Amino acid sequence: MRRIPWALLVLLAALLVPAAGSRFYTFLANDVIIWALFATSLNLLVGYTGLVSFGHAAYFGIGAYTTGILMKKAALPFVLAFPAAGVLAGALALLFGTFCVRLTRIYFAMLTLAFAQIVWAICFKWNEVTGGEQGMPEVPYPDLAWMGSLPVLRDLRTSDHFYLLTVLLVALCLWILHRIVRSPFGRMLTTIRENAERAEFIGVHVRRYELAAFVLAGAFAGLAGGLFGIFNRGVFPDFAYWTKSSEVLIMTLLGGMGTFWGPSVGALALILLNQQIVSYTEYWPFVLGIILVVLLFGFPGGLAGAAELLGRRLWRPRRA
Amino acid sequence: MFLFLIAAGLSLIFGVLRVLNFAHGTFYMLGAYTTYQLVQWLGVSGGRFWLTALGGALAIAALGGLVERFLFRRLYGKDELYQLLFTYALALILGDAAKMLWGTQQKSVSRPPELTSALHLFGATIPTYNLFIILLGPAIALAFWLVLQRTRVGRYIRAAALDRETLGALGTNVDALYTWVFVIASFLGGLGGALISPMRATTPGMDTEVIVEAFVVVVIGGLGSFWGTFLGALIYGQVLSFGILFFPRFSIFAVFALMAAVLIVRPWGLLGRPLR
Repeated sequence: MRRIPWALLVLLAALLVPAAGSRFYTFLANDVIIWALFATSLNLLVGYTGLVSFGHAAYFGIGAYTTGILMKKAALPFVLAFPAAGVLAGALALLFGTFCVRLTRIYFAMLTLAFAQIVWAICFKWNEVTGGEQGMPEVPYPDLAWMGSLPVLRDLRTSDHFYLLTVLLVALCLWILHRIVRSPFGRMLTTIRENAERAEFIGVHVRRYELAAFVLAGAFAGLAGGLFGIFNRGVFPDFAYWTKSSEVLIMTLLGGMGTFWGPSVGALALILLNQQIVSYTEYWPFVLGIILVVLLFGFPGGLAGAAELLGRRLWRPRRA
Repeated sequence: MFLFLIAAGLSLIFGVLRVLNFAHGTFYMLGAYTTYQLVQWLGVSGGRFWLTALGGALAIAALGGLVERFLFRRLYGKDELYQLLFTYALALILGDAAKMLWGTQQKSVSRPPELTSALHLFGATIPTYNLFIILLGPAIALAFWLVLQRTRVGRYIRAAALDRETLGALGTNVDALYTWVFVIASFLGGLGGALISPMRATTPGMDTEVIVEAFVVVVIGGLGSFWGTFLGALIYGQVLSFGILFFPRFSIFAVFALMAAVLIVRPWGLLGRPLR
């Protein structure tokens, strides 16, 4: 039996969103896709390696500022500014991670939080470079004139062109992340999550693996941040504030930790839900809190876990 | 010094229950709001402020007890992440509930009439109320320490922090003890909020701010260490005020840098003990 290429179908569907012609839906889809990358990068750390980071927003913020500053102030093209976000966020993750992986569990979470707050404090106060509290509005769109010269895409808006670019880049990043998770390296991370002591016994340098995962997660979060800064038309210090870290953690949990597509599903679900609920009531955090409580008590595996459970129940009788 | 009150509760919960309570900042905020509400009903004159502050703190203590008894208890022994996120969810729900009840406007409470005057000390003018808070901090610290050291409940709490299983095996009702720990910690948080209400305006959002500050204090001093928290609060205050004096823009940065440095060198804090 041939496997259905779900990933390709989703990619195709995502690429067709602007064809619907609604500016709003394209905006929403763009939001979802960037958050999906951010959440998936966190999942590499929390879900696969078992390291609970409470400061993942730091790398997201660094990426956003890097791309934003390079494009707005240095007028560098996107082709350079975008990878720079990943590189700088990754470098910072290497620096911070070196200290973080030496700690365990709750202390690890606290140190990631402390580092994230340092990043936030710098972004918040360093007026000359980051714009301080006011943030940095009006990050320009990348020059996508070449897209306009393609036959099908000619009639689309600039924001739609950027959306298509985002879809392709995120798809590429997710594909790389998927390869990483399925590689021997990724398997080793799961081993460390399950039993770090045993991994150490069979000769794995646990800290080095954890650090590598930390850097990779930081770099991809930086790329997500770079895209988000452009998408949001501005970069603001609260990108790196700790509430953002918990937001992305909730997405990952909602979708299902440790499953590859879970965080993306979580991002989709949370953003759509937010969209719906905000139109009824201003008390979105209240609803979010309740969702979270239900999730923690009812479905610790998240949506993906629940779906898997359901799937198993449906399929088993047929096999028997 | 009020930060010490909040951080002490946070540290107590961590020391015994091994959980970082994100909702603790929300308890603090609710303490301030409840006090405001009681003041609206009763007024502040004739010593009523003290009644309202105590009432606010007690209300929060009761709330903390209910939360522990009916929700939090189910999460013991699960992954830390779940516990952490549960307290975060609680913070979201309670924070928004406060917004529904009291709106987004700033609320302020007038100072109790006994302490509205100001003192002139060393060429500076200090409102009596602030001075009172400065003195109250160590007093509460001492009282709290005596409770932990000298009373039966205090002994049980310390025992639970060291080895909960043995304590349970010796016939102590550990479940009830945990509820009490949560109640006491919530009381301290609520009291912090109640006492701060005449000094600062009560607004939504004060919870997320204060919880990070309290985290810093507790981490510097040592999670679960009582005097460590006291020391942490002192250091935090000094670094922040001297930081503002010397590098006005980077004082927040200095505080977090200190927190990171402590975590790197002594993850268990200056006066804490390593976890096994």
